Amino acid sequence: MTSVLYDAQGPRAKRRNVLYTVLFVLGAAAVVWWVYDGLASKHQLDWIKWKPFLTSSQPWDTYIWPGLQNTLKAAFFALIIALPLGALFGIGRLSDHRWMRAPSGVVVEFFRAIPVLILMLIANQAYFEYTDLAPDTRLLYAVITGLVLYNASVLAEIVRAGILTLPSGQTDAAKAIGMRKGQTMVFVLLPQAVTAMLPAIVSQIVVIVKDTALGGAVLSFPELLASVRPMAANYGANTIACFTIIAVLYMALNFALTSFASWLERRLRRAKKSTGAVVGTGPGGDLETIGAPSLNIDDGRAT
Amino acid sequence: MFDFLDGYDLLGAFWVTVQLTVYSALGSLIWGTLLAGMKVSPVPLMRGFATGYVNVVRNIPLTVIILFASLGLFSTLGVKLGADGFTGINFRLAVLALSSYTAAFVCEALRSGINTVPVGQAEAARALGLSFTQVLRLIILPQAFRSVVNPLSNVLIALTKNTTVASAIGVAEASYLMKKMIENEAQLLLISAVFAFGFIVLTLPTGLILGWVSKKVAVKR
Repeated sequence: MTSVLYDAQGPRAKRRNVLYTVLFVLGAAAVVWWVYDGLASKHQLDWIKWKPFLTSSQPWDTYIWPGLQNTLKAAFFALIIALPLGALFGIGRLSDHRWMRAPSGVVVEFFRAIPVLILMLIANQAYFEYTDLAPDTRLLYAVITGLVLYNASVLAEIVRAGILTLPSGQTDAAKAIGMRKGQTMVFVLLPQAVTAMLPAIVSQIVVIVKDTALGGAVLSFPELLASVRPMAANYGANTIACFTIIAVLYMALNFALTSFASWLERRLRRAKKSTGAVVGTGPGGDLETIGAPSLNIDDGRAT
Repeated sequence: MFDFLDGYDLLGAFWVTVQLTVYSALGSLIWGTLLAGMKVSPVPLMRGFATGYVNVVRNIPLTVIILFASLGLFSTLGVKLGADGFTGINFRLAVLALSSYTAAFVCEALRSGINTVPVGQAEAARALGLSFTQVLRLIILPQAFRSVVNPLSNVLIALTKNTTVASAIGVAEASYLMKKMIENEAQLLLISAVFAFGFIVLTLPTGLILGWVSKKVAVKR
């Protein structure tokens, strides 16, 4: 990356950079040593604490795989329920009829403003009071419900932004050949918007996977994160080792998804066939649209 | 109708949420700006560090980071951040965890803001003989900040909602109180409504005010 911020470097700048690099390395080395010393003095780096994960399959079979399966199960169901629901509300917000636009908008903004954790707690208690689900199923349902309510409203915004990226000529042309509004949406707008939306949807899957961890921490849903406590208790208080393994797993999973999303984004922006507009999730998991002709995904947005 | 609120410190719980949000916002703004500075700096090692940090932190669930702060840092390693008492320690650890997580998003927002500043400005600044730090501090960052008010307000709103995760390590903020209340009182609908309303009151004005500010301060190009 040749940055806009600095020129090609001459001999003095290069010497200075070497100096900064050395200082940075020294600082980093000091931090690493401090961390290492802290870990070693509490016996967290002893081989015995890490051995179970590296030499036997027992922790994987007993704790990690079942946890990972539950994580993926919750994320998968949340996604496949939230996606059509989000599409429905996203299209609803673009409707010509006020009686459809207004409630869709209220629902979407409402569930976007409330933390997922709170939605999960409410869902869990509601299932507990009003249904007679078995505790295991109830927790899974509660986690999925919380995730669906929040992510459907975010996906609704993604769908809306995706449709809004299309030039208005598309709708005009469809009208000109006598298509009805429903036909325009289904045959002209949606298929084109899907390509623009794909990267944002993939990034949203990362958010869903990360949020399943709330189910483990707050509702004791037996997912990946929840396997830390029993694991650490079983293998002699190797909390640090357990957290490291779990964090690496989440990271690998999500990093694959993030990389896929940004590859898709680059790929779609290059593609000549599409409009060139891509909806990406910006920092904080919110929407930003890249390279679109005229976009106003900010309007009418409460949060 | 609202007599189920008796005996619960609702305002106190939301006050803890606000405190968590404000301290973490400040922490993540400082750390995130430093990271963004490193990410565009001429020193390759710093760039690598910032990129690595953002990629790692963004892909780990906040819940894992917060639980690690309590179970790993405090229970196992004895890190107390200079506080004593369970409440104080966990509050500070939650701020640390939230700040380090949110900083990654602040860094990304700022970097996208830096990209909006025209190349010519930096070139002109360099032609005047300003150094990298001067270009960044005097020319680029002030404009970048003004163009990222909106993304940053989204990060702030996400942070406000994320503070609820601190209840996982026993910080007595709003969702912690809510969990206690729906277990003890048979008023699920009303309690949910009260807390939902509380969060809407916290996040809605943030979005509206900062949205207005962002229109006000945006550099017109």
